[in-house]
Amino acid sequence: MRNANTAGWLAAAPALAFTLVFFILPFAGMVLLSLTAKDADGWTLANYQQFFSNRSYWLGLKNSLEITAIVTLVSIVLAYPFAWILAHVVPERWQRLALLLAILPFWTSYVVRSYSWLLVLAEKGVINDLIQGLGLADAPIQMANTRFATITGFVHFFVMLLTLTIYANLKQLSPNYAKAAADLGASPFRTFWHVILPLTLPGIMVGAFLTFVLAIGDYITPQILGGNNELVLPQVIMMQIGRRGDFPLSSALAIILMLVITLAYVACARWLKLERV
Amino acid sequence: MRKAAAIAYAALLYGFIFLPVAMLILFSFQGSQVPVPPFNGPSLKWYQAILSDSRLTVALLNSIAVAILSSLVAVVLGFLAAWGFARFSLKWPGFWKAVITLPLTVSYLIIGMGLLIFFNGLGLPKSLFALGIAHVVINMPLCFAIILSQMTANQANIERAARDLGARDWQVLVLITAPMLWPALFASFFLAVTFSWDEFIMAFLLTRFDTTLPVEIWNLLKGGLSPRTNAVGALVFAVSVILAIVFELVAFRKRNT
Repeated sequence: MRNANTAGWLAAAPALAFTLVFFILPFAGMVLLSLTAKDADGWTLANYQQFFSNRSYWLGLKNSLEITAIVTLVSIVLAYPFAWILAHVVPERWQRLALLLAILPFWTSYVVRSYSWLLVLAEKGVINDLIQGLGLADAPIQMANTRFATITGFVHFFVMLLTLTIYANLKQLSPNYAKAAADLGASPFRTFWHVILPLTLPGIMVGAFLTFVLAIGDYITPQILGGNNELVLPQVIMMQIGRRGDFPLSSALAIILMLVITLAYVACARWLKLERV
Repeated sequence: MRKAAAIAYAALLYGFIFLPVAMLILFSFQGSQVPVPPFNGPSLKWYQAILSDSRLTVALLNSIAVAILSSLVAVVLGFLAAWGFARFSLKWPGFWKAVITLPLTVSYLIIGMGLLIFFNGLGLPKSLFALGIAHVVINMPLCFAIILSQMTANQANIERAARDLGARDWQVLVLITAPMLWPALFASFFLAVTFSWDEFIMAFLLTRFDTTLPVEIWNLLKGGLSPRTNAVGALVFAVSVILAIVFELVAFRKRNT
């Protein structure tokens, strides 16, 4: 038996060693580095103090949280009816195709997808062209390089993701729940509100959590679509690395970002069965 | 009436989802210098321009190489570890599995920064190799989780039978376990390739002159809107769609048999 277990450890060892060397060690290094200063020796909490005292860093987190919250909400509201239609209105034999189509742009390169929204929202882009063509406005409306553009780009991506998770959840539900509620005299609305919606909460929460984590940690969409007017935390971090080369400060900011994500995870943990993954 | 509303809503959302992609593709055939209305094509000159741009083609090859090699390493490491935990009663399995899957819960930006600082400290320069390691870090936990979830007790019996007939551990692994798990191995390899292929932020942080396609596209963006970028984007989209369809067909066929 001991011999057999040795083989098991040997098989698991490369993966464990790899994770230790290239994930845990670098992360530990980052934590230590965040406790030093760029131009001084010794340990210090100065980077974390800076986060709380310097308005621009605070604002980064505030913008990140606001944008992510709006994106998550709007995406759920748009995706839920869509997933419902795919699951209940579209005939069974077409559902797979309809779903595949609905998430097709999901497969585009992430950078390209953000850029393609720039085409739509640009000053001379399609929407402004249409608005002016219809005579609704004389001058082009500024949509690119705004918070609106960032949110649109994010919502586009996460509607597809949430449609997928909610659709999967809806398909797992037995139709008997709705029938039972109707037999007991519930109106369609009450059936939905008291029976179907609570039962699809896991699908919503998994999608919402993924949306939150991916959106709040993303640099590309805010940078391409939002521009430099209103920075989110990842943009602030990248600026510290790129322009100033301040690794201790950017490490501290990254760790703060990670703590926010961890908090979100703890808040959603009861709905996320990560052990199933 | 309700059905009409449902169809209208679905049409609206399909429109929203496909609007940017449609613009991307349409204006990649633009005749003039800017990819905005009015459309005056179709012209293939931008495709010609990008296919003869050596920086883009080199970046494309780099992307493919990093994606395939890092995914192979990720699948092999994940597969071995999954086998170790599924078939042996190792001590503290929950803890070790959590350690392996930990990177799944951390943003790419943070993992990339950690590795950048780590490699800096070791004096290793930015390179495609460093990027490959980063991609194994993010993809190996995924491969591990997928493969582990597909390992069943029934397969363990077949492995035991092979052992009883005299097969050694490595023979069991290569000749019995791996072929039985082919759908899971394929799915995890495919997912890893997709993620690596599209990954930007780590490539941005960890490579310098020799880089991958997403970073090269990013560099193109600095010049503002251009049909050139549209053409690259449309090509990348086409490749991704073909990959998705192939995956769908292979995965679907497996489920039927």
